[in-house]
Amino acid sequence: MKKNSLQIDRKLIARKRAEIRLKIYGIVSISIALIMLSTLIISIGLSGYSALQQAYVKLDIIIEGEKITDENGMFSNKKALLFNWDGAVSNALLKKFPSVKKRSDKKSLRSLMSSNSGFELREYFKQNPQDFDKKITLWLTASDDFDQYLKGRFNVEVLEKDRRLNDNQLQWIDFLSENRIADLKFNTGFFTNADSREPESAGILGAVVGSSLTLIITVLFALPLAVMASIYLEYFAKPGRLTDFIEVNINNLAAIPSIVFGLLGLSIFLSLFGFPRSAPLVGGLCLGLMTIPTIIIATRASIRAVPPSIKDAALGLGASKMQAALHHVIPLAAPGILTGTIIGMAQALGETAPLLMIGMVAFIIETPNSFTSAATAMPVQIFMWSDSAERAFYERSSLAILFLVGFLIAMNSLAVILRRKFEKKW
Amino acid sequence: MSFSTLLFLIISFSLFSFFFSSNSALKKIKVATVKPSALPKHYGQNSIVWTLFPAFLLLIVITIIGPKFVDNIYIQKISSSNENLTEAEIQLILAKIKNIALGAISSNEAFVLKLSEQYNNSLSKLYSIRALSVLLVSSILGVIVSSNINILSNARIKVEKFFRVLFFVSALIAILTTIAIIASLLFEAIRFFSLYPFFDFLFGLHWAPNIAIRSDQVAAQGSFGMLPVLLGTVIIAFIAMLVALPIGLFSAIYLAEFASKNVRNIIKPTLEVLAGIPTVVYGYFAALTAAPFFRKVGMSLGLDVSSESALAAGAVMGIMIIPFISSLSDDIINSVPQSLRDGSLGLGATRAETTLKVVLPAAFPGLVGAFLLAISRAIGETMIVVMAAGLSANLTINPLDTVTTVTVQIVSLLTGDTEFDDIKTLSAFGLGLALFVFTLILNIIALIVSRKLSEQYD
Repeated sequence: MKKNSLQIDRKLIARKRAEIRLKIYGIVSISIALIMLSTLIISIGLSGYSALQQAYVKLDIIIEGEKITDENGMFSNKKALLFNWDGAVSNALLKKFPSVKKRSDKKSLRSLMSSNSGFELREYFKQNPQDFDKKITLWLTASDDFDQYLKGRFNVEVLEKDRRLNDNQLQWIDFLSENRIADLKFNTGFFTNADSREPESAGILGAVVGSSLTLIITVLFALPLAVMASIYLEYFAKPGRLTDFIEVNINNLAAIPSIVFGLLGLSIFLSLFGFPRSAPLVGGLCLGLMTIPTIIIATRASIRAVPPSIKDAALGLGASKMQAALHHVIPLAAPGILTGTIIGMAQALGETAPLLMIGMVAFIIETPNSFTSAATAMPVQIFMWSDSAERAFYERSSLAILFLVGFLIAMNSLAVILRRKFEKKW
Repeated sequence: MSFSTLLFLIISFSLFSFFFSSNSALKKIKVATVKPSALPKHYGQNSIVWTLFPAFLLLIVITIIGPKFVDNIYIQKISSSNENLTEAEIQLILAKIKNIALGAISSNEAFVLKLSEQYNNSLSKLYSIRALSVLLVSSILGVIVSSNINILSNARIKVEKFFRVLFFVSALIAILTTIAIIASLLFEAIRFFSLYPFFDFLFGLHWAPNIAIRSDQVAAQGSFGMLPVLLGTVIIAFIAMLVALPIGLFSAIYLAEFASKNVRNIIKPTLEVLAGIPTVVYGYFAALTAAPFFRKVGMSLGLDVSSESALAAGAVMGIMIIPFISSLSDDIINSVPQSLRDGSLGLGATRAETTLKVVLPAAFPGLVGAFLLAISRAIGETMIVVMAAGLSANLTINPLDTVTTVTVQIVSLLTGDTEFDDIKTLSAFGLGLALFVFTLILNIIALIVSRKLSEQYD
């Protein structure tokens, strides 16, 4: 008798241990997942925050007005095209270093400025024609290597001939930054420029506009179709083969790889319909087809969550089926539909692969201005930048990721908040 | 007139006809001696339907088909001018004409210049025809409907019938999309198989689309044996599942069966954040953080790890799939009826025993379905492998080596300027078809498993 209860006790301890083990497995798994999430965010954050700043050089510049202005004293685009703006920038920089005489040294000094700095100077005078013939002080963008060195991301341990900056250049940069002639300032260009070959003047504006245009098409295309399809399936579809087949198709489409929708867009929209390549219109249609199942599933769930008594009451008072659906059930289901739509849009905003297929991966310097002009999108921009060789593009793609992810988290949180706020317990 | 102007015009027409019709219906109802069959606004709605939708459909059809029609006219013109031109040359000249017409390029060939001028004219002619026909259809139908209002005919039922049809057509979009996917993949894939034997594609051991060293070589077109690409896909998906399956499943078990409500309310949304991160971000992480890390660790252990190893891509893909598995499994475990747990606990089983021996077996079909969906996701995942896996197709099962996947090959074959007659472009559609078929099979099995095997407990 005693032996038996001892055995039971021992077995009980073992069973309790098994329970603790299972719990530990669970906690460990969750911790791994959370650690991964934080590693991901932190590593990208650490490499991206520095792109919020950009190296600029303070230069004193005098431009003779008669070389640029026409007879009325107005800024002349024709003359401005002929003027050597880059030369004006490098002369101003050379003045800071009177001791630099050798041609090769002058050349390497010049290369410290961004190749877009002349363009910036031109734009300044276009905006401020009254500043001609005066000595003005301007902060102009430095080259990406300059920028990386100031941020301490330039590896100086390497042999001089393998470096992108030679010893002279490093000394000059040190001189400039010690005298506060060069400094890191907030990088406004990142938010106001479109893409560029030069990392120091590449920005996300073009991609943001491209993404917005694409999403507008997506929502205009997907939302009405998905809601109408859901109403049909919930209210009018008679159970039968066709309805079953539609449902199977919806579930299957929700699980098809996104790249297949890109192939569809390539061969139907581009090749068959002859729509323009790289256009937000085509991107939006592909993403729309991709998000329709998501919105349908969410819409049907929220239609079903509305108690049948509401529909029955409407029908009982003489409303037609259509009136019961459109006047009573859909308004009550609207918050759920909205939540589903936001989640679907967040998915579409983060999607890259279909856009690669329809050519939205091109290098585009201009901010797109219509649904049919060539454009790129945020995730594609990140993809292209992370593929580039320059170190300065890495930090830019990290920063772009932080923005994209921040925006997506905001969208998803909005969906959660809406759901909680409008959730009704019937 | 541009598309948006026309759209705006017909929408204004329809609003106008709405007010006109409802007003005239109201007037008629006021003087009528019989009871009207519908409210005035229903007559208005009926005229919106007629002024807006046929014209809108016509607008879309002309916008899509019109330019094709114009192109065909010019193709005939070009081919009649010179009989010796091949199909590709005609297309080239047509593209040139279009680009000159757009002002994108210039040319000094008199023939092309003349045609491009004509092309501009034909385009503007097409646009006037479009504007004219759309506005005519909209206004004529609008006038007919709003001037013939009969208050004895029930406008509401007519409108509802129209909406019913519209809703039905919208529901068909799911089927249409599937058909469009299959048709487009199949159409291009069949063209590919007419150039390259089907069985060589399916069972070939060599994938090298770019090996044309001399144009007169036998192998100038490259070789398209799918097996190494498929093997790479399977290896990466397998590594991903190795990471995601245990972590996702144990997380779900813990969240569903052991965690307190507060913990659950915090952890679940956090995992959903992980699910909401775009795949390009995981790809960036895999390429720039995970791959160098694995390489360093491998070097310190004396192993030769490729910088584009299957391991790095697979592991990061696994992290991506964890929340997918955990949230699906969590839902499935939660849907097991509480009575089963209560019965088991009441008989003296511990919580762990209840979970492992009662709840999980009951949830098993659903879980299998979820895993199959996760595998199909891993196979179809694109950005992580494009950024972190390699391009060279090695027939190897060593996870430290570089492998390539179906999606990587599709992307690398189709980005950049693509010609539709090129065998490389077409081979991407062959791969796309294979990818579609595999994921379709997995999805269908998942559907059948979770439908057929699950028992009804209520």
